Amino acid sequence: MRLERRENRPLYLLVGAPIAAIIAALILAGILIAIAGAPVLEAYKRILIGAFGSRLSATETLTRATPLMLTGLAAAVAFRARLWNIGAEGQFYLGAIAVAAFGSKLLAGLPGPVLIPMLLVIGALAGMVLILVPLWLRLKFSVDEVVTSLLMNFIAVLFVSMLIDGVLKDPLAFGWPQSQPVADHAMLPKLIARSRLHIGLAIAVVLAVVVWLIQSRTVFGMQSRAAGLNPQGAVFAGVPLGRTLVKVACLSGGLAGLAGAIEVMGVKGYVTTDLSPGFGYAGIVVAMLANLNPIGVVFAALFTAIMFVGADGMSRSLGIPTYIADVTVALSLLTMLVALFFTQYRIRR
Amino acid sequence: MSVVTDILASAGLWAAILRIATPLIFGTLGALLCERAGVLNLGIEGIMTFGAMIGWLAVFHGADLWTGVLVAAVAGALFGVLHSLLTVTLGLSQHVSGLGVTLFASSFSYYVFRLIVPVAGTPPTIVPFQPLDIPVLSSLPFLGPALFTQTAPTYLAILVALVMAYIVFRTPVGLAIRMTGENPHAAEAQGVNPVKVRYGAVIAGSALMAVGGAFLTLSAFNSFFPTMVQGRGWICIALVVFASWRPGRALFGALLFAFFDAFQLRLQTAIEGVPYQIFLMTPYILSIAALAVMARRARVPQALMQPYRRGER
Repeated sequence: MRLERRENRPLYLLVGAPIAAIIAALILAGILIAIAGAPVLEAYKRILIGAFGSRLSATETLTRATPLMLTGLAAAVAFRARLWNIGAEGQFYLGAIAVAAFGSKLLAGLPGPVLIPMLLVIGALAGMVLILVPLWLRLKFSVDEVVTSLLMNFIAVLFVSMLIDGVLKDPLAFGWPQSQPVADHAMLPKLIARSRLHIGLAIAVVLAVVVWLIQSRTVFGMQSRAAGLNPQGAVFAGVPLGRTLVKVACLSGGLAGLAGAIEVMGVKGYVTTDLSPGFGYAGIVVAMLANLNPIGVVFAALFTAIMFVGADGMSRSLGIPTYIADVTVALSLLTMLVALFFTQYRIRR
Repeated sequence: MSVVTDILASAGLWAAILRIATPLIFGTLGALLCERAGVLNLGIEGIMTFGAMIGWLAVFHGADLWTGVLVAAVAGALFGVLHSLLTVTLGLSQHVSGLGVTLFASSFSYYVFRLIVPVAGTPPTIVPFQPLDIPVLSSLPFLGPALFTQTAPTYLAILVALVMAYIVFRTPVGLAIRMTGENPHAAEAQGVNPVKVRYGAVIAGSALMAVGGAFLTLSAFNSFFPTMVQGRGWICIALVVFASWRPGRALFGALLFAFFDAFQLRLQTAIEGVPYQIFLMTPYILSIAALAVMARRARVPQALMQPYRRGER
């Protein structure tokens, strides 16, 4: 038995891979649910009900999918250029705290229509600043950016913790470390009244399309793909590698920072150190499930959000720890890797 | 300045260094072994978490402490098999596979822990390893409390570093590992099976990582809680580069790192008015600085992160 590289990758395999991966992950997670002594099909039924069973839960799922789409896009654009930005979690927090700082004090006097776009840009810029450190270390000292961008996550969260314990602390929060809330008119308008769903979802979907257009229709998109496929070859073909990577990093870090900004301005209104239940890391899974396709990211983020929101309800009624959602999402990354492998290779006797 | 000298003169600092260094020594050696054979194992953070959880759980359910360590090692080895399947057999991206293993291993740890140990006000505890009383040495003035009041796994960690240095540089097995990490095709021409070597190195390395995690719950603390590994795995990956892929320097690097960490912990209480988060940042900043300084100078195993497929370039 040996492996043989496929000559071409038919479309049905590319579409089928994530579906097969998700089914495989659900089966594996189902085994874990069964071991815990709960009925598996009933558990999955309750996950779906928990995610879509009511108006409230459906809007909650979409609200949860919004930051996942943005962190997923952040990972997808970076990985496409083989820039291993694992720092989306830290960039998310920096975007969030920047918005809290400017939206609660410095710029709060501005009217909403001016303030909101400004804050979104500020959040994105904060995310960019953070990714530029690992990128600079890679370009200047050839340090692998995986570890540095990961370590930056811890530094960023501690930095946020320091600010919300100090200068940005909300004096009205009964001593809890949380930032001052952003001004009411800095909050994003709701997409659906009487729900938490805000226009951030629309922003994320539009950005997915924009990123797709950038990647498939612009010179920069072509250069970033070339940098990922074959860096040396790209340099020979005249691609300015360093400059392309800087642009990719800014796009990636900006999207992750924007995710943090939107989460603050759309949902919470203030920053705590548990603002993100791992949105940055889940974004990596989302990007891989989408096979780094920006449009696919929207759907992969939905799947991930369904698991997280649905598992909450299922956990309460069946006594299965909510961590089953994290396990399933992590498993789907592993099964997706294997599925992608079989889109490239076939087994021959 | 007297603050600094006071800290340096306290036996507690030196005892803390060895204690803080122990999980890092195990983890760094584990990562180093994998990388010497050409496989980057970013599963380390999750494998350490799982080792911490499963080792603790075994002891909580009545196993003795060394059995707990063994259980952790076996669990780590199993994650090593998973990582090898993905990166060696299938030749997938070592970056993404490793992150996948970490995400899976850590969420799986929390799942198992929550399933077996229900939420409680105070987390359940075990009786951890106690400091070994070494005749004569432990009762020396200053040196005794500073260096010889450690628990057994700490001495084991130092021993493992020395043994690994010997194996890597002085034995045929070590030569096979290094060849596979430098040039698997040449290794194969010499009759070494790169696939087997990589599997072996990743499995053994992952077992060491899990033991490093188990030290946290079986010696440093006496309970398990999520996120307790706190990026130690990533720090180990940085320490491998700092150590230039040499076990002896890995031991030194982990101790040096632990020195700064123990020092900042004591400085935190001695100096007032500086936010404690600044001190907590230092380990991560130091790791990044170490990478920046050493990355150019270090000699990377040439086939690191390159999948090996027979007959394919």
